[in-house]
Amino acid sequence: MIFRELRPAFSLVVLFTLLIGLILPGIFTGAMQAVLPWQANGSLVRQDGQVIGSALIGQNFVGVQYFIPRPSALSPAPYTQATSGASNLAPTSRALLASVQQRVTAYVQAYGPGPVPADAVTASGSGLDPDISLENALRQAPAVAKARHLPAGTVIALVQAMAHHAFLGMIGTDHVNVLKLNLALDQRPVS
Amino acid sequence: MTIHGLLYIALLFALVLGAAFPLGRYMAAIFEGRIVWLRQVEMCFYRLAGIDAGRQMGWQSYAIALLLLSVIHFGMLYAILRLQYYLPFNPLHIAGMSPRLAFNTAASFTTNTNWQAYVPEQQISNGAQMLGLCVHMFLSAAAGIAAAAAVMRAFTGSGLKTLGNFYTDLTRITLYLLIPGALIAATLLVMAGAPQTFAQAVQLHTLQSGAQPLAIGPVAFQEAIKEFGTNGGGFFNANSAHPFENPNAWTNLLENWLLLVIGFALPIAFGHMVKDKPQGRTLMAAMAIILVLGCVGAYAAEAAGNPQQIAAGVQASGNWEGKEIRFGIPASTTFNVSATGTSTGAVDSFTDSYTPLGGAVPLFLMQLGEVTPGGVGSGFYTIIVFALLSVFVAGLMVGRTPEYLGKKVQAKEIKLAMLGVLILTFFILVGAGFSLVTPSGIASLANGGPHGLSEMLYGWTSATENNGSAFAGLSADTPLLDYGLGAAMLFGRFAFMVPVLAIAGSLAAKPKLAESAGTFPTTGTLFTFLLIGVIIILGGLQFMPADTLGPIAEHFLLYAGKSF
Repeated sequence: MIFRELRPAFSLVVLFTLLIGLILPGIFTGAMQAVLPWQANGSLVRQDGQVIGSALIGQNFVGVQYFIPRPSALSPAPYTQATSGASNLAPTSRALLASVQQRVTAYVQAYGPGPVPADAVTASGSGLDPDISLENALRQAPAVAKARHLPAGTVIALVQAMAHHAFLGMIGTDHVNVLKLNLALDQRPVS
Repeated sequence: MTIHGLLYIALLFALVLGAAFPLGRYMAAIFEGRIVWLRQVEMCFYRLAGIDAGRQMGWQSYAIALLLLSVIHFGMLYAILRLQYYLPFNPLHIAGMSPRLAFNTAASFTTNTNWQAYVPEQQISNGAQMLGLCVHMFLSAAAGIAAAAAVMRAFTGSGLKTLGNFYTDLTRITLYLLIPGALIAATLLVMAGAPQTFAQAVQLHTLQSGAQPLAIGPVAFQEAIKEFGTNGGGFFNANSAHPFENPNAWTNLLENWLLLVIGFALPIAFGHMVKDKPQGRTLMAAMAIILVLGCVGAYAAEAAGNPQQIAAGVQASGNWEGKEIRFGIPASTTFNVSATGTSTGAVDSFTDSYTPLGGAVPLFLMQLGEVTPGGVGSGFYTIIVFALLSVFVAGLMVGRTPEYLGKKVQAKEIKLAMLGVLILTFFILVGAGFSLVTPSGIASLANGGPHGLSEMLYGWTSATENNGSAFAGLSADTPLLDYGLGAAMLFGRFAFMVPVLAIAGSLAAKPKLAESAGTFPTTGTLFTFLLIGVIIILGGLQFMPADTLGPIAEHFLLYAGKSF
């Protein structure tokens, strides 16, 4: 009984591997490369002829002259672009609580006393989160403006102009892409 | 919780259930061989493979064909993973997998589980993703749906000796449902920013962190079938949390819709097949009620946030550890709950870092046996098992002969059904329990306290129920877990599917009795809630002791300010 099924079972595996594993991805990739080349190649951002990153993938920034992205759990360094992943620390993890406490202290030190947005002190799921919450960005804006010798209003207006908003308050959140925001910041002359 | 978050859940379910009706009708037409728009390709496949499309198979032949195809495909994936270094599309020269990891991964993808003990960016070449994993995502989904179609046919007439033809079912489901759906969804994903290229890395010159490679690949096509076929195997380690797999809130909604829609369409297809639509709607209602409750529960838990972090001065805006800003809390929790209520196992946020009760919802939905709506196909045939148990329980209570759609349910079917339910429970509890008394199992845990128990319990539940999601801190690439969970996946899939096909064969052969005054109705509110009760009591209750020691104990310790 089994021998009778060998040929159809084996042939279907081979035929579908050719169709789904080679022919379809070949045609589909070719079509997408032709029609939507920017997206199909990773939404790459170029500056002075060099690829500096992807508009969709977060990268690390340090120092008050830039907006700071969320903590990233990736190793060997935060936002290592060849990898992805989360901290996977439990809600009752002592290590997590210690990191959060440390980040809260650092945040208040950098941006002054006031509320600490949750996204600023917790690691994202991908370790590559490109965004921060609008609240977090607005909280950072005055310090960034000060470091760049710009009026706070200018930087706040820039954040507001670049913010994405939740559709009908339901789909998505109010947030800003950190790389795009920092690039826009760099294009403004330091006064 | 906000009203907007609840509205998001309502919107998602409206979109899924609304689409399930026409899709279910279309799927019934596929199962009945009435869809023919790719007839040329279909016939070409049959000719090349030597398939007689008119042949009808009894349940044994159907099961043998399905098992044999799975074994062959398992062997092929094992070989691809071991030999990927020598195969094309490997620009980073990634080495072949170790035997035990290749065994685990091949078992995982053959059984539609997509448990990932490997790190894709570092351990899988583009070639192995395309020729190996991605093909399995189509065929393991199609095999599950084919088995569901076979079970449906058992109820369509009297004295049936056959359940259909496995090869034509598999071919038609792949050609007419999975491939078109995946291509449309993949195109939408590329438009939103999911890459589709044969390159595996792009060299970046980041502004502050220097030059480094960015991982990339043919993501969109695989992402589409990953959700549509309830597979869940991510192209990247971060799965659907990775911006390339899931660029924005709209793709998140699309992916969430994709991973639910076939599961909810199958009971509707069943209603069409047996020419009794209320039967299908009743099963669908039971699935939806449990899942919606789960979505709201997990959302409430995550929106409440982590009390220890709030005490440390963090704004109370929900538990954001392991979640992505662009989706938000309600969409993140709904995605993970949907992916565990189906056997998808994809994640757009990391369940290991969920609050204890937020993480308990996905765990419990898997423990219920993956019926809300479960994996494509497997969820349907599992809920049929629960429906048979429900009419049996109802029969005992009211003294009526148990019948389901005119088929007498007798000792043989009930024994096989109970065996199926108990076999899975046994594997989960004994597997997790055994692992936790071995040094190797303890060493795999990433977190201490009750959360460690939850991690191991979640792993064995996920593997046995063929889900594939994880409390991902668990180090799963060890000999114990590679072989143990690999065996659990194979066992959970096939040691359950074969008895179900046997039940279907036995019921098919029986006469279909006309409905009489003594028939217990299997439609309507009463039966819906009876079915929900049976699912929760027979499927879930035996896990209560373990769950109490894991997530529930952790919940109270969290609020008592304890950490580990």
